[in-house]
Amino acid sequence: MLTYVLFALVVGSIYALLAQSLMLSWGLAGLVNLGLAGFFALGAYASATSTTWGHVPVPVGIALAVVAAAAAGFVVCVSTLRLRDDYLAIVTLGFAEVVRIVASNEVWLTGGTDGISGVPVLVPRSAGLGFHAGTLAIVAVAVAIVYALQRRLLLSPWGRALRAIREDQIVAAVAGKSVVRFKAEAFCLACAIAGLAGALYGHYTSYVAPDQFQPLVSIYIFLAVTAGGKARPAGPVVGAYALVAFLEATRFAGELIPGVSPVQAAALREILVGLGLLVVLGLRPEGLLPERSQKAPAP
Amino acid sequence: MSAAAAASGVAALPRERDGILCVRDVALRFGGLKALDGVTFDVAPGRVTGLVGPNGAGKTTLFNVVSGLARADAGTITFAGRRIDRESPSRITRAGLVRSFQIARGFPALTVFEHLMVYGPRQPGEALLAAIVGSAASRRREQALAEKALAIAARLRLSHVIDNRVTDLSGGQKKLLEIGRALMTEPVMILFDEPAAGVNPTLAEEIGDALLQLATEGLGILLIEHDMALIERLCRHVIVMARGRTLAEGTFDAVRDDRAVQDAYLGGRR
Repeated sequence: MLTYVLFALVVGSIYALLAQSLMLSWGLAGLVNLGLAGFFALGAYASATSTTWGHVPVPVGIALAVVAAAAAGFVVCVSTLRLRDDYLAIVTLGFAEVVRIVASNEVWLTGGTDGISGVPVLVPRSAGLGFHAGTLAIVAVAVAIVYALQRRLLLSPWGRALRAIREDQIVAAVAGKSVVRFKAEAFCLACAIAGLAGALYGHYTSYVAPDQFQPLVSIYIFLAVTAGGKARPAGPVVGAYALVAFLEATRFAGELIPGVSPVQAAALREILVGLGLLVVLGLRPEGLLPERSQKAPAP
Repeated sequence: MSAAAAASGVAALPRERDGILCVRDVALRFGGLKALDGVTFDVAPGRVTGLVGPNGAGKTTLFNVVSGLARADAGTITFAGRRIDRESPSRITRAGLVRSFQIARGFPALTVFEHLMVYGPRQPGEALLAAIVGSAASRRREQALAEKALAIAARLRLSHVIDNRVTDLSGGQKKLLEIGRALMTEPVMILFDEPAAGVNPTLAEEIGDALLQLATEGLGILLIEHDMALIERLCRHVIVMARGRTLAEGTFDAVRDDRAVQDAYLGGRR
């Protein structure tokens, strides 16, 4: 049972990193990244291939994952700059599917649908509970570092300019802001965080395969960020842990209802997730932690 | 434009040295529509210049072109001796030429204070690295900008709503904020697009006084306005546009008596 709780917490922390990535691009910059799962996958594959087959040390693999995801983010962002904002959503959604399909078919590079197994772990598996607890500690530290980083960014003039760009980029340009630079910085940094999440995930499960990176992952993260609050450093973290807690709790709820088949229970669970979001947004339209404004100093 | 301008008794072609903003033969078409069809004028610093004309004359389109939001097909625009007709909106603002919007546009989720701060120029904390590591220069600048923002808010009597989101402001307060945030950019010249439209007469008077005050402080001001009484009170120089062209320019009395101007407003008989 403890192993299960630790497992859920590690997954929750990975989701928290993904949610933090989405807060930066969507919550702060207004860039709808529907391809979050793609950048997540890219990070996982970059680290898994380089460490498993390239035999580079795990920290190097993680660094490669961060760089690869940021670079992909830069390419996606720059190639859509001349288009309207909605197109970024379409392009990123396509990007995630391309990543998944390439991963399924380019067997020489990714192992195809069989995936990559035996990915080096962060803490020896022989440590038993210590493996889960140790990994949890490492991932939680990553979440904490990203939290501290985002706190600084949100309170900074950089964050303020980005929020202005999210609200109206034409007015922000007239205010003298280089809209393109701000957006590109935010998007690349966000993709780097998603890549980090992917790398850590691969090193936890020791197994990376295309079907782990379904579009549903991106949608779940949107739910988490929406529920938690999309422009507060703690919002995505709270939202992600709440989402995982909710998903895991409803896993058992289905068994408690008599006369419901497992398939029906799984469907009920999705309905409950949707209902849960409606309830949160009904009660707290801006999420559990609404956006905060910078107060004027006392004159 | 030359025939119409000559008829009004004003010099046909203004010279470059007359103005801080020089617009020359600017043209822009949207498909088959000639939105701007050879606009030429100068704006001098230290006074309010009026830009009037019937609806659809191209005044706001001209503002969009001058402020970099739209790109002219032809013609040149010089600001403070520097070509700006190929520059981006952010660079034009940083060069000292800022505009306001006709319908008070803004950032709905941001407060009055944040609006003013976002318009503050040269904040080193807007660089990503400086934002992460934090710098003394950024903190000092933030403090200076905050003082300026508070002073501007006090001047425009927005102090009591400084921490309110702009969506909570009245129409008049939004118009005042438009002026305030333009001032935050430390401008040399401001383009005002109907800064007093839709506000009560008392506030319109006050906005007019504020513009005159700014002009006496040395700013160049180009003002789009339909209220002719306000134009008459504020503007020593008036430019008239119609159908994408400059029709006439001169003192208010001169352009009011101009036959071509009267025709443009009343529909014309030719």
